[in-house]
Amino acid sequence: MRLQRPGPVAVVLALLVGVFLLLPLLAVVPISFTPGRLLTLPKGSLSLTHYRTLFENPDWLTSILLSARIALFTSVIATGLATSFALGIWMLQPRFSQLLVGFVLLPMIVPPVVSAMTLYFLLTGMSQVSHAIGFDSVIGVTLAHVVMTVPFAVVMVLVALAQVDRRIDLAARGMGAGVVQRIVHVILPNIGFGVATAALLVFVLSWEEIGVTLFITSVDAITLPRLMWMGLRDNVDPAVAAISVVLIVVTTLILLARMALQRRPDFEEE
Amino acid sequence: MRPRSAFRPALALTAPLVLFLAFAYALPFLGVALWSVTLPEPGVGQYERLVSDPLVLSVFLRTFRICFLVTLIAVACAYAVTYVWVRGTRLQRRLIEICIFVPFWISLLTRAFGWLALLSNRGIVNSWLQALGLIDAPLALVRNEPSVIAGMVHVLIPFAVLPLASAMRTVDERVLLAARGMGASRLRIFWSVFFPMTLPGVIGATLIVFVFSLGFFVTPAILGGGRSIMVAELVYLRMFQSPDWGLGAAISVALVVLVAALMGLLARFARLGLMGSGR
Repeated sequence: MRLQRPGPVAVVLALLVGVFLLLPLLAVVPISFTPGRLLTLPKGSLSLTHYRTLFENPDWLTSILLSARIALFTSVIATGLATSFALGIWMLQPRFSQLLVGFVLLPMIVPPVVSAMTLYFLLTGMSQVSHAIGFDSVIGVTLAHVVMTVPFAVVMVLVALAQVDRRIDLAARGMGAGVVQRIVHVILPNIGFGVATAALLVFVLSWEEIGVTLFITSVDAITLPRLMWMGLRDNVDPAVAAISVVLIVVTTLILLARMALQRRPDFEEE
Repeated sequence: MRPRSAFRPALALTAPLVLFLAFAYALPFLGVALWSVTLPEPGVGQYERLVSDPLVLSVFLRTFRICFLVTLIAVACAYAVTYVWVRGTRLQRRLIEICIFVPFWISLLTRAFGWLALLSNRGIVNSWLQALGLIDAPLALVRNEPSVIAGMVHVLIPFAVLPLASAMRTVDERVLLAARGMGASRLRIFWSVFFPMTLPGVIGATLIVFVFSLGFFVTPAILGGGRSIMVAELVYLRMFQSPDWGLGAAISVALVVLVAALMGLLARFARLGLMGSGR
């Protein structure tokens, strides 16, 4: 029970910031229904032209499918690596595990442009071996996305593991369960929600990744954000408004579904 | 008990990711560092440019100025929303959660586009102002520094909320009650009691936001429209428009050193879980 609720000044300030945060998202909606070729508010008549473009223009369709494929691969690989790593850390827990965690979180903390340059170096190097795995290839982009998203998955799984009661695992061990049995039958079922959240998070992060993708693609691997970037940089293409609205709606739905599934966080009960 | 028996399997579980990142991230970074002293010719020429080339210097100065302002504004805004999020009624908390977390999950590009939709010449603000007859010609609200700052603040507020929230949650309610019992006004309680107690969170949020703002690329590039170029965009331009890989690499190394120093500060000042930023 809070005895000191925030005063009117604080509430008004927070409200203003809240409006500031939502405004640019809401602004996209009316613009997306404009009949014109320019970024304007619709005057009088509404039109679905730009939504139709998303389905009819092969560029949009191709990049949407490519992004979905890359995000799916990235999600599976990054979540797998992260879960394995977090389980190992959880079972290991000596002093140097902190160092290891710090190391794998680096891509999250290092400025994205530095990571972009680093991955550019890696992928142009790999291109010397084969074009299929290097710069501007699906495998290359997936590889880069795994690097960039895996720290977020590690954090998610570690947080989930921190809530597991170690005594359950000790009991299983006491009854003679091997490492594999303990992981499959005891630990994984307990962190299922955390692992699923990690997979979803990685999917979303990869799906919208642009900072690094810009550096490592040119003409072959045009992901959806890359195509949006091209539509924004030169002259603004209103089809970007349509895809933005679709993305906002889908993201909001996923978030709401996740909120509904999640057990309420503990601070709620305070 | 077989305490040792778990060691080897645990190591085997940990190894794949560590090895993967060692090969796909740590080694290539060393390659970039190598570029910075070998391209276009061996030597520390690129680092000399960092501190002497007027263009590079002006971009660094602009980046620091923008990041400083962005950090100040973002942390202040985040403080207000977090205060109400942590201490407000259930309804207030829900509303704030939506305001913070929905934009948080939406891509940088979509959000930058949102600002364009709002502020561009034919955008919503200009259309409304013209319809109301307040202005004749559209105002140039975008492709300038203030719009870059607005866009970056928009992205960074949620990153400041999490460290602030963890600091505010640890404040003991009874201390505030005691202050009130002694007759302190609301403002006095806030400034003399509550705010100082959350200072570690403020420092943590400030450093995190500043570090994140330094590497920003997409938002400034779109909202700045190539006019107020920041460090990250300079790297991009040097990589792809005027092949100048050595300079790009040197800037990258400088950024990493800077960020490492700031993170060191963070570790000293606030022992808060940066990792809890769990986006």
